[in-house]
Amino acid sequence: MAQIVLDKLAAKFTGGEIVASGTELGDEWARVRRDAWVAVAAFLRDDPATKMEMFIDLTCVDRFGGGAPGASAPEAARFDVVLHLYSVSLKHRIRLYAGVPEEDPSLETLVSVWEGSNWFEREAYDLYGVRFKGHPDLRRILMYPEFVGHPLRKDYPKEKRQPLVRRDAGARD
Amino acid sequence: MADTLAPLHPRRVVLGFQDTEDMIAPDLPTEPIPLNMGPSHPAMHGTVRMVLEVEGERISSADIQIGYLHRCFEKESEAATWTQVFPYTDRLNYISPMLNNVGYAMAVEKLLGVTDKIPERAQFIRVIVGEVSRISDHLTCLGASAMELGAFTVFLYALKAREWLFELLEEVCGARLTSTYLRIGGVSYDLPDGFDGKLRSILDRTRVVMQDIGKLLDRNRIFRDRMDGIGIITQADALAYGITGPVGRSTGLAYDVRKDHPYLVYDRFDFDVPVGSVGDNFDRYAVRVEEINQSMRILDQALTQIPAGPVMINDPRIALPAKTETYNSIEAMIAHFKIIMDGIRVPPGETYSYTEAGNGELGFFIVSDGTGRPWKCRVRPPCFPATAVLGKVLPGLFIADVVPTFGMINMIGGECDR
Repeated sequence: MAQIVLDKLAAKFTGGEIVASGTELGDEWARVRRDAWVAVAAFLRDDPATKMEMFIDLTCVDRFGGGAPGASAPEAARFDVVLHLYSVSLKHRIRLYAGVPEEDPSLETLVSVWEGSNWFEREAYDLYGVRFKGHPDLRRILMYPEFVGHPLRKDYPKEKRQPLVRRDAGARD
Repeated sequence: MADTLAPLHPRRVVLGFQDTEDMIAPDLPTEPIPLNMGPSHPAMHGTVRMVLEVEGERISSADIQIGYLHRCFEKESEAATWTQVFPYTDRLNYISPMLNNVGYAMAVEKLLGVTDKIPERAQFIRVIVGEVSRISDHLTCLGASAMELGAFTVFLYALKAREWLFELLEEVCGARLTSTYLRIGGVSYDLPDGFDGKLRSILDRTRVVMQDIGKLLDRNRIFRDRMDGIGIITQADALAYGITGPVGRSTGLAYDVRKDHPYLVYDRFDFDVPVGSVGDNFDRYAVRVEEINQSMRILDQALTQIPAGPVMINDPRIALPAKTETYNSIEAMIAHFKIIMDGIRVPPGETYSYTEAGNGELGFFIVSDGTGRPWKCRVRPPCFPATAVLGKVLPGLFIADVVPTFGMINMIGGECDR
């Protein structure tokens, strides 16, 4: 249904910015190179044939050794930031992935493209520890500021407890 | 395409109050004062904290802090079998739990590839319990918001009608709130005897309640003064923040998943999608009122069209065997044991599935690694972006405007914080 979006992306970004793309269960997806994240997002919003004006969702997946769509094993990054977009006028959707390695879990922020990504990026930072470069207000959102670690990472044990006790200033993360 | 809802009455927009020059003498010095609202404030239903900076009565900046009701939905889901996630979804939007059940069940079924194999009766039942939940969701929002503006009678009327609906759902699934009624592949059991007549009678009585509420509020001077032109969300903001549902539609954005991407059997019903024109609190109120009427229309049609038949998919990999089988044959007992202990095997893959919940597009992004437990089960909560936009909407308003604006956003802590 949204094959036109993938065709448009392939025609516009020829320098290897689109690492892979495909369709799974009727959902179109594309894997974007990390440095082209904002450019691809802005293009999808503004191009008259794609018109992804609505920001739907941004989250992160901890692959932790598992496979990821469109990422071959050697360069597969530990985290995938996953973005869902929707076009209200053209009624199509797309899912974008950007691999984020464990050593440098950072990605450019999308706040300049969709203001609403602000809180979603804060959540991905809070729960997965992905730093969004250029984010205006990258604080924890669901956990309390004193919380240590990022709870949705697969190496954070589910049974681990962190009673809220006052720590020295600056001793976070 | 959706029909536009004409304004009920000529709008009396109180523009004077919006104008800074009229209200504040320019030579009077004011000092910004931080003001905490919440997390335990009577108007902050759903534990949210707002750190406001006020100059006199006017808000100059607002920091909305959520997370007080974070219950680790995702982390817990990753340790549960696919079926065991249902009770957690009940507690997302806890005033319309059935709609969350529907959203989650459809996401897993999409990954299993059995979406079109769900028995028709089960699909109708899902629509019916979902729409009943939507009505109770909107009634709670309207009633609670009206109460905060002093209209306590409206609250009692709305909760009276909600009580009828909850009692009906209790007859269906045994619980008022923690329904866990749906299963992957269908619903857990059929509707009780006499459901049809009871629901019709409740709908008739609820229509009277809605008329009473309309009479109390629509031309109520106090109510209109605090709703009209207050808390305006523009359509551009709705798009940039991803605001869907009644709040998104109040801005004129005619997006309803049931209409634009029909799921279950929604394409067989005749209903309209109400939209607002200004995006203020009154539009959000009017859209919700009209959505209750449209939900009743859907329910009337669904009760007429619902066919007889099974309510669970006929697939031994997904459905539990019948109890008589389980107790009397070794194969069925093993199948029962495997589904309960190991969980339903969902093929590896990832998908995003979306339905229209009480607050808008409820999305589930689920990742399976082929085992009986989700690798990731992400909820896209519809009231999360609507709460985020408050930080932009509130500055410039009065402290008193926080209450109706926040009420009409219908932020539900369980869903927003997960």
